[in-house]
Amino acid sequence: MEEFKDKLESNYIVFENELNGEADTAVHGMRRDAFRNFEKLGFPTKRNEEWKYTNLKPILKADYKLFPKREDHIEFKDVKRFFLNEIDSYKVVFINGVYSSWLSETTHQGYDVCTFGNALRKYPEAIDGYFNKVAKTDEQAMVSLNTAFASEGAFIRVPKNKVVDKPIQIIFFNTSDDREIMVQPRNLIILEQGAKAEIIERHQSLTDTPVLTNSVSEVSVGANAELHYYKLQNDVHTSSLIDNTWINQYRDSVAKFSTFSFGGRLTRNNLHFAMKDENCLTYMNGVTILDENQHVDHHTVADHLVPHCESHELYKGIYDDTSTGVFNGKINVHKDAQKTNAFQQNDNILLSDRATVDTKPQLEIYADDVACSHGCTVGQLDEEALFYMKSRGIADKEARALLMYAFASYALSEVGIRELKQKVNMLIAKKLGVDLDFEL
Amino acid sequence: MSNSDQILDDVTKKEYEYGFYTEVESDRAPKGLNEDIIRLISTKKNEPEWMLEWRLDAYRKWLEMTEPTWLKPKYEKPNFQDITYYAAPKKKKGPDSLDEVDPELLKTFEKLGISLDEQKRLTGVAMDVVVDSVSVATTFKKTLRELGIIFCSMSEAIQEHPELVKKYLGTVVPKSDNFYAALNSAVFTDGSFCYIPKGVKCPMELSTYFRINEAGTGQFERTLVVADAGSYVSYLEGCTAPQRDENQLHAAVVELVALDDAEIKYSTVQNWYPGDANGKGGVYNFVTKRGICEKNAKISWTQVETGSAVTWKYPSCILKGDNSIGEFYSVAVTNNHQQADTGTKMIHLGKNTKSTIISKGICAGSSDGSYRGLVKIGPRAHNARNFSQCDSLLMGDGCGSHTFPYIETQNKTAKIEHEATTSKIGEDQIFYCNQRGIGTEEAVALIVNGYAKEVLNKLPMEFAVEAQKLLAISLEGSVG
Repeated sequence: MEEFKDKLESNYIVFENELNGEADTAVHGMRRDAFRNFEKLGFPTKRNEEWKYTNLKPILKADYKLFPKREDHIEFKDVKRFFLNEIDSYKVVFINGVYSSWLSETTHQGYDVCTFGNALRKYPEAIDGYFNKVAKTDEQAMVSLNTAFASEGAFIRVPKNKVVDKPIQIIFFNTSDDREIMVQPRNLIILEQGAKAEIIERHQSLTDTPVLTNSVSEVSVGANAELHYYKLQNDVHTSSLIDNTWINQYRDSVAKFSTFSFGGRLTRNNLHFAMKDENCLTYMNGVTILDENQHVDHHTVADHLVPHCESHELYKGIYDDTSTGVFNGKINVHKDAQKTNAFQQNDNILLSDRATVDTKPQLEIYADDVACSHGCTVGQLDEEALFYMKSRGIADKEARALLMYAFASYALSEVGIRELKQKVNMLIAKKLGVDLDFEL
Repeated sequence: MSNSDQILDDVTKKEYEYGFYTEVESDRAPKGLNEDIIRLISTKKNEPEWMLEWRLDAYRKWLEMTEPTWLKPKYEKPNFQDITYYAAPKKKKGPDSLDEVDPELLKTFEKLGISLDEQKRLTGVAMDVVVDSVSVATTFKKTLRELGIIFCSMSEAIQEHPELVKKYLGTVVPKSDNFYAALNSAVFTDGSFCYIPKGVKCPMELSTYFRINEAGTGQFERTLVVADAGSYVSYLEGCTAPQRDENQLHAAVVELVALDDAEIKYSTVQNWYPGDANGKGGVYNFVTKRGICEKNAKISWTQVETGSAVTWKYPSCILKGDNSIGEFYSVAVTNNHQQADTGTKMIHLGKNTKSTIISKGICAGSSDGSYRGLVKIGPRAHNARNFSQCDSLLMGDGCGSHTFPYIETQNKTAKIEHEATTSKIGEDQIFYCNQRGIGTEEAVALIVNGYAKEVLNKLPMEFAVEAQKLLAISLEGSVG
């Protein structure tokens, strides 16, 4: 870990030298502060309470290359299956962290769907207003590290009362065959008052060479705005993802986030909501299905800073082989946040004796007039339900898959794009090893 | 609610009623902690060499440890050199019967409402009373002796039953378990020891009463309960302290050993001085309690926590044997500036082990209450079952309530349910009572008692009444 940290330090000097005139800007000042903070904090270890169940050590052993070669071309037909093709959409595509105009479909008409690099050059007001303002770096080593190198990612800005007419797909492909690479995308998503958008985010390796992605997304959901955000995590078994998503919500806004984790070697999701104004509505849903030696860690925070907000959280997990699952859901209700409604549920099924799940639903409440609850379960499939199905001619494997599918499907209820729901259904069926020729 | 009038009366008038100080001549060691003090304690108690070695070993381990900081409550760290580690009511030798006990002390217990005489005659509860670290009276010893039950002070046990003490002391809570357990192992001055022989069902409740009397002292008692195969015992523990401006430290260790088919029921009503309404003074209650269950054994912890400025304890069960059962029932009330961080650990190691956790928190004033618990299912604990419920009731907008449950599962046959809720008393519930002529204060007492009933029901009769009263007293002034 120390070795890699040293390497990052020398890489940071290279990064600074290549900035040319940009080094004196306010943005770079923030990067520099963030890097200093990272140097101070170092990589999180298992001794850090927030990383108790996720060990980064084995991941950080690899000799990652930080700035992959710039020109890499992939044919659309080779990656078509990773897109949601059935419907028209905007696309912001990156290959090894570099924007690919060839695969992308951006717009500036009515709203901006383009890149973070573009925004750095052209929209200083958006950068000044939001960059490094939503995500907190102080105690967050991985956010600090990303901020230090922040230069590319997706930029989406929807002005007042505009509705984005089709979903936006943000996809990060990794192709490096020769060297392990580390990429650090930085996304900035701004929905102004009354705006509405749907976003699908995906990280995908096209190679078996280990990839480490440390992504930060800063999201601002303005007053009365509505955002639906889907994270599809079905990467190859050699790549790891540390995802940090920070969301600020303002008055009467709605934010629905769904995370589908089926792939990857190690996935860590930090999902942090801050309700800044009254009457916000938040949904966090997650389906996790793992096998082999996969590891997924969901850390969510619902920060109720003001009264009258509502948050709903539902995470379902199914773990097979030697996979390990972690869930840590935090609900913070601050002193004046009266009339808060906050609900959290985490259900898990273990299919193998070597799979483990560590769950920690956590409530911190400083206001008295609230209704908060959390629940969590670990259990097995109902033997009687299985018997019922088998006695009616459904094979054991299918019967189990059906039950597991039913178990997971509760968390799919907030998916608003029909085609995406079908795709997720397919992925679930594939992961469970059966054909489910129906949809819910 | 037959005694509701009384509760209301208590609620409106009572402050900490156990805050008196008894003038008893006492024998004190100089302040501070070093190896000489430990030797002094050991000599004073006339201990054998192995015990002294055991203490010194614990002390050396303690020196290498640092005080943990993960705790939610914030408090001023105790200065370990400013505490008196040994204070005993002056007596030439241990009393053989109640008649020999210092009459001043007996008055103390009368004030506490636990006249030993009366207890002895009416309730048939055998009790061991520990004041400022030293056991002053043990009642009913003879009756118990006939059954082969050993119930005495720890120092007596070290003298008379060294083989039992040697065999079990530190087996459940090792010397180096944690910072305060290590400190306790080094300096514990007394406590209770109890041994129930094979197949014996203890006919009466065994009880210990702890009281910190002297200023500037810490209380470090050590309790060890061993229930041999097939035996049963119900054990009660109560605590009080005088009102003082300083923070007194209470760092106890309780070890329970339930051998095959044995059952131990351990109940605590903790009412240490909680500090005044501004958060000044009060007892730091840093306690390590743990029990180990062998095959088919059962350990049940019941606690009512109303006192202490800072409470920090997690009565735990190690379910080592197959088919063993662990239970934890808790009501923790915090008011004014009290802070409590309490919960339990259920470590499932054996097959078909079961555990139940019911935790009820009630927070009022500017207090903070936390539930922190661990349910761990080991890889070989097939068919383990756990049910946890942690509810918090909030009264007033200055208080805080927190839940930190850790659930670690390594076995696919485990069935775990955990649920937690936080809310305040429903306005409609109060309204319902009001419109039937029940005043708001009384309605709150009614609702709180109903809310805590699940736990209070688990207490032995004598304690249940006291606990109900305590609950109401602790919440005094928090309504309206």
